[in-house]
Amino acid sequence: MATPHLLLDRYIDAESPLHAQDARVKLLLTLALVVALALLPAGAWVALLVFALIIWTAVYQAHIGLLRTMRRSLVALPFALVAVTLLITRPGELLLSWSFGPWRLAITDAGVTAFLSVLVKSWLSVQAMLLLMSITHFADLLRALRQLRLPPVLVAILGFAYRYLFIMTDEAQRMLRARECRSAALPGQPAGGSITWRAAVVGRMVGTLFIRAYERSERVYVAMLSRGFNGNLVSLDERPLSPNERGFTLLGTAAAAAVVWASYLFG
Amino acid sequence: MLTVQRLSYRYPDGTPALHDINLQIAAGEKVALLGPNGAGKSTLLLHLNGVLRGQDGSVVIDGLTVNDQHIRTVRARVGMVFQDPDDQLFSPTVFDDVAFGPIHMGLQRAEVEARVERALAQVGMAGNEQRMPHHMSLGQRKRVAIATVLSMSPTLLALDEPSAGLDPRARRGLIELLQELPLAMLVSTHDMRMVAEVFPRTIVLSQGRIVADAATTTLLADVDLLERYGLERP
Repeated sequence: MATPHLLLDRYIDAESPLHAQDARVKLLLTLALVVALALLPAGAWVALLVFALIIWTAVYQAHIGLLRTMRRSLVALPFALVAVTLLITRPGELLLSWSFGPWRLAITDAGVTAFLSVLVKSWLSVQAMLLLMSITHFADLLRALRQLRLPPVLVAILGFAYRYLFIMTDEAQRMLRARECRSAALPGQPAGGSITWRAAVVGRMVGTLFIRAYERSERVYVAMLSRGFNGNLVSLDERPLSPNERGFTLLGTAAAAAVVWASYLFG
Repeated sequence: MLTVQRLSYRYPDGTPALHDINLQIAAGEKVALLGPNGAGKSTLLLHLNGVLRGQDGSVVIDGLTVNDQHIRTVRARVGMVFQDPDDQLFSPTVFDDVAFGPIHMGLQRAEVEARVERALAQVGMAGNEQRMPHHMSLGQRKRVAIATVLSMSPTLLALDEPSAGLDPRARRGLIELLQELPLAMLVSTHDMRMVAEVFPRTIVLSQGRIVADAATTTLLADVDLLERYGLERP
């Protein structure tokens, strides 16, 4: 039963200066890195290498396992495949082409560069986010988002999602187990029901899960009301960032901007 | 009818849960399964229909070994009812849920309807086919949960703490229901009065081992044993 939690909960406990750093600093620097990656022009391989080395050094420093982080980051690769159309839509020198009747499909050198850039950028971005999630407790991340003036309602929604996601996956799993226990067969009789019936069962299970989530939310809300909740999400005031932390954040962001700028100048 | 031999099980993380379990249950025999939380009662029950499979040993029901080949047939023989009926009942209406097993077994419509009607009548919930489980009381949901496996005509019922959380009247009704059902059953529970009333035989589990397997009257008279495993006299 523990596996889905491991899949969802990415925090890795370790002793490192990165773990100890304030969540706001880590969040801002990660965002700066991801934005910088997104802004890089296609084919800025040197800049990509610089960012990759920054991320990998940080991963190494955080003692969370370089290989593990890379392996985890692969889950996001399929999403990068939407960029595959870049291969055939960028004008440039022809590398390969096929004819389908009146149509011709051509892969260009500019297309390949653009596609590979998107692929590497998204891979590195996912690794940066994984690094952030691995070295920061989700609760700290939520607090950081609130301190950075994300609307409290959004922060609360994220917090509740995180709190109850595990309960929902457990509930879904118990439901699946109950179905499994009654998925029986008689000797010499085709079993399993029709495809449409099975699909209907799954549909109704999803509906049931939704109703239970809805009812649980009502109960949670009542429990909040009975502890004095009045519609305002309050939180304790936190210390402001120290000049050191501000400087570090600014410096990191500036460095990322400089790399982007340089790759436009010399790219 | 049910034979468990030298069954051992470790959780995937390596925690040992069951150790060298040997037991036999005859057709129609009603057996209580006692033991503190975490003793392995639920884990043992989940082995009876192969949701969990031991690393060692075997479970044989009606001559069928629980393995990949027989798993579907075994699930028709062993009616597993979970402690929380909300886990058991995953459909929007009582009918859909009680009919799930029979439809999955490939029975004809008329037979399915007959079985649903019979199962609901057996648990005293006839006429509730179109009700929604989340609008019913816990006692009613427990009954429907039992009906969902009765409709599959099992030979053994495996119930996980069926009387937990019931008010006295619902509990009384459940006890009478268990007494009436002409089926073999293995029932994990902490309800000692129910044990004394319903089950002629009792098995005590502690830290994944069977530490006692005897007639309930003998066992309940053994004050030392009851004390050792934190059990109360009814």
